[in-house]
Amino acid sequence: MSKRVFYFLGVLLALGVLLAACSGSAQTSSNPQAVQTVVVTVESNASSGYGTTLKAVKERGYLICGVNAQLPGFGYVDKEGNYKGFDVDYCHAVAAAIFGDPSKVEFRPLTAKERFTALQTGEIDVLIRNTTWTLTRDTELGTNFAPTTFYDGQGIMVRKDSGIKSLEDLEGAKICVATGTTTELNLADQMAARGIDYTPVVFETADQVFGAYEEGRCDAVTTDKSALVSRRSTLKNPADHVILDVTLSKEPLGPVVRQGDDQWFDIIKWVVFATFTGEEMGITSQNVDEIKASTDDPNVKKFLGLEGEMGQKLGLSDDWAYNIIKYVGNYAEIYNRNLGPDTPFDLPRGLNSCWTDGGLLYAPPIR
Amino acid sequence: MKETTIPFWRDERVLKWIAQIIFLIIVVASGAYLYHNMMTALAQRGLLPSFHFLKLTAGFDIGEHLIPYSRSDTYGRALLVGILNTIEVSFLGIIFATILGIIIGVMRLSQNWLLNKIATVYIEIIRNVPLLVLLVFWYTGVFLQFPRLKEAKILPGPTYVSNRGIAMPWGKPTETWHLYLYVLAFGLLLAAIVWWRLTLIGKRTGRMPLVTVWSTLTFLGVALLGWIGITLIYHQAPLAIDRPELKGLRTVGGLELTPEFLALLSGLVFYTAAFIAEVVRAGIQSVSKGQVEAARALGLNGFQTLRLVVFPQALRVIVPPMTSQYLNLTKNSSLAVFIGFPDLYSVAGTIHNQTGRAVEVTILMMAVYLSFSLMTSVFMNWYNKKIRLVER
Repeated sequence: MSKRVFYFLGVLLALGVLLAACSGSAQTSSNPQAVQTVVVTVESNASSGYGTTLKAVKERGYLICGVNAQLPGFGYVDKEGNYKGFDVDYCHAVAAAIFGDPSKVEFRPLTAKERFTALQTGEIDVLIRNTTWTLTRDTELGTNFAPTTFYDGQGIMVRKDSGIKSLEDLEGAKICVATGTTTELNLADQMAARGIDYTPVVFETADQVFGAYEEGRCDAVTTDKSALVSRRSTLKNPADHVILDVTLSKEPLGPVVRQGDDQWFDIIKWVVFATFTGEEMGITSQNVDEIKASTDDPNVKKFLGLEGEMGQKLGLSDDWAYNIIKYVGNYAEIYNRNLGPDTPFDLPRGLNSCWTDGGLLYAPPIR
Repeated sequence: MKETTIPFWRDERVLKWIAQIIFLIIVVASGAYLYHNMMTALAQRGLLPSFHFLKLTAGFDIGEHLIPYSRSDTYGRALLVGILNTIEVSFLGIIFATILGIIIGVMRLSQNWLLNKIATVYIEIIRNVPLLVLLVFWYTGVFLQFPRLKEAKILPGPTYVSNRGIAMPWGKPTETWHLYLYVLAFGLLLAAIVWWRLTLIGKRTGRMPLVTVWSTLTFLGVALLGWIGITLIYHQAPLAIDRPELKGLRTVGGLELTPEFLALLSGLVFYTAAFIAEVVRAGIQSVSKGQVEAARALGLNGFQTLRLVVFPQALRVIVPPMTSQYLNLTKNSSLAVFIGFPDLYSVAGTIHNQTGRAVEVTILMMAVYLSFSLMTSVFMNWYNKKIRLVER
């Protein structure tokens, strides 16, 4: 009796191991097709095949947008608890293009460190969080960069009474910087190139960085110039701080998407281009209805969806660009609303002007 | 003799085996599935696991490093810098927390009303506040509130106390330092011999000589004579005093302790000491009252009773929970990231972000913390065995 039981158990055990091994290996080698479907069902919102993102967004009924929550002017939460800012408006523009309703967005506040993981894993559909376009990020992180919406450069802010005028004066200084940013790397590069000895003090969030700077932990603080301007306005005494007249790097900031879904990448690209085109054509949220009703210009007609079925080529409705301009506005409107002369920041347009005004904003033709 | 055969589906032994096997299959299959799912997802994004990035240039600077490090070193070395910073703060933290914890634990049992209440209040407050809150308190509430460097408080030395940390004089090895190391090694050897001889004598005569005191004195004697000798012969002491001085935006020379390091160390020490104090109290209370009474009856005074009778017995109860406090302290040091101290977690986080290698960096981090914990456990288990009551 006992012998038979053991035989039986032996066979059963072998079978069990075999089964377990199969469930492990069969997926990797013998049946890739089956695996694909399994994976897709498990993480449907992280899938990255052609057209999957738009489909998922439409089924969900709203867009999930990764933004900054600590950078006034670009992405922040206002007194009423609403997300506001330049980047946030681009999230609204994408929602307007897809749904014809700019409010169909859910915002996910992310730190610099969290942002790429959130995008890679499909937690968000698009990342619009003052993110610098670099070769490494474009390739190794599995991400694609849409056209730059804001040309920025890295700057350094110091106390006025410190007497620091140039980078060379920062010999031996402590410099506060946020982790997970290109600024951290640029700082190291620039200081090494000039042979300046300094000590970085690294924090996770912008609030911590500027908090420590304000407490006097650091002689200087570094990040993108636009962010320095915006952050300076939140310090106790903005007039005590001065931004040095040096630019450490090029910082082209723009939206980011996952690699693998070219249709979604196209949509984000052309939403950005649509805001450029709107400004170039002089179409604003105020006059868009009037122009749509009266125009004879074929280019404007294509842009506003009256001919050419441009929207359908993107997988959207033909009035996609009309919706962006109508509900969110063209580039100039978005810029002025968040960063322009009527705001505390009053950032000059500089490089961020339309190409017809000598800036870098240039959209390919919509045809 | 004929056995009554039970069909296998009603045989309890078989059923137990089947249950085990099914459980095994489920565990292995779900593990394999999760692993495969991760690999497929990573492959889709062109991020197949590889540790090649450790050899690439890091490109970022780290504020505090125990070994030479610059931006042109590799990610691997950056990680090592983080690991050493974690070891530094954990090691010092464990030592100080143990000392403070024992003092407070004994105070907690003191007959003195004031001492007793102070210890009680301390323990109850600290144990019931999250460590992160304590760390932020120490950092922004204490160390960053010190005067600015230009108005730094200068203590004799000079020691500069400012919101940039504490800079104090420190020994700096000179050319004769390596020679002095031989002297120290010799002193250590001599002390060991003294220890061994005295223990032997103690066992033979039954009188316990002051083994620890005499061997320590031997070592200190050799160290002092060696110092004087080397200074006289070579006209240079093995260590020169390196004094910090104010230079531009910083202090140069001496030992510099940053506010981040001080805040992290203080937070960890004061937090863990509260738990250690409770462990010590429980250990002491576990020694039966009769032992103390017997010791008193033999004419031992309060301190002797504690040192010779109570502590040796309490230690057996204290050591195992103490081990887990040490492990907690080491793991809690990862909260350093919130106050800007570049420990392992902080550096690994930066590497993760610059390379996008989430899975690899996380695995490395887990492996390092795991080996810290295992090493601490191995040591404490060895010590526990050593002091265990030998039962015959």
